[in-house]
Amino acid sequence: MPRGTIVIDAERCKGCGLCIAACPQRVLAFSGSLNASGYDVARMENPEACVGCAFCALTCPDVAITVYREKKNA
Amino acid sequence: MPVDVARMTKVFERPKSLTEARYTYCPGCHHGVITRIIGQTIDELGIAERTVGIAPVGCSVFAYLWYRCDAVQVAHGRASAVATGIKRARPDLVVFSYQGDGDFASIGTAESLHAANRGENITVIFVNNQIYGMTGGEMAPTTLVHQKTTTTPDGRDPATCGYPIRFSEIIATLDAPVYVTRQALYDTRRIQDCTKAVKKAFQNQVDGKGYSLVEILSTCPTNWRMSPTQANEHVANVVTQVFPLGDLVDRG
Ligand SMILES: Cc1ncc(C[n+]2csc(CCOP(=O)(O)OP(=O)(O)O)c2C)c(N)n1
Ligand code: SF4
Ligand code: SF4
Repeated sequence: MPRGTIVIDAERCKGCGLCIAACPQRVLAFSGSLNASGYDVARMENPEACVGCAFCALTCPDVAITVYREKKNA
Repeated sequence: MPVDVARMTKVFERPKSLTEARYTYCPGCHHGVITRIIGQTIDELGIAERTVGIAPVGCSVFAYLWYRCDAVQVAHGRASAVATGIKRARPDLVVFSYQGDGDFASIGTAESLHAANRGENITVIFVNNQIYGMTGGEMAPTTLVHQKTTTTPDGRDPATCGYPIRFSEIIATLDAPVYVTRQALYDTRRIQDCTKAVKKAFQNQVDGKGYSLVEILSTCPTNWRMSPTQANEHVANVVTQVFPLGDLVDRG
């Protein structure tokens, strides 16, 4: 399995939870910390399980997620 | 320890054709996913310099703010008519309209149907969330039987309010449209299918083929009074029973 990671733009996140539900690896959870708009921002709770599939980013209505994957021969 | 992203490959980022503006949509609303898919399509086809979007009236009234391309915001329901005018005046441009179900299938019935019947070479994105979102959750022509809205507090009664209208099926009876399809966004598989459909609807126009319509079953968690995840399940289990997914016309 390739190793992946994501970066969530906390100020764009509206805490809808759709990425948390979409992640097949159960990487994401609510952080419990609020952004300037008062939303409970999603974060990686289980980052080592991320495979960089980008399901979370495809699902995010606020286009808050950038996805990275480990280079094959790195 | 977080991984070092500098040594990794970026596999997903915000489409270049989207501005940095934050959407005015509620948490979990599919309008945002559809906007991202359109931005990605404009990127992939390399048409940002010659694309014009038509923003409707409804929750997506500010759609002209989201894209790095030209856009016009028009009177309620008239988006397909304005798209017709721009496309006929400037056939070199790529013109898409973005319309809610209230906009497209209620107040805009005449303009929507006749643009399709004339086979205008435009791309129409029809966002069916079965409700008037912006004005406070009133019944739309697409509202499901027994669905509670602010104007049908006891649920839509077909005896007085009729049945949900399948506008794409009506358009599919016409001879001119080249592509009519209904898509959804309740899981990643559906999001990927919808992305392909939107790209095809734009490509048809670029290739001069004619009228393409992508109806997208969207959510309105706020006015449905559901969480975003419940709203997704509702589309998957209930809405698709009334509005089946798939291609209705493909003469591409
Ligand atoms: C001519 C005119 N009539 C009525 C309205 C009020 N109005 C604003 S938005 C809307 C309905 C929007 O519903 P829909 O098109 O389904 O989009 P949504 O907000 O659900 O995305 C109505 C009736 C208006 N702005 N202009
Ligand atoms: S899908 Fe996007 S907006 Fe929703 S919780 Fe995840 S990062 Fe936040
Ligand atoms: S009212 Fe409904 S359609 Fe409008 S932005 Fe909110 S969730 Fe989306």
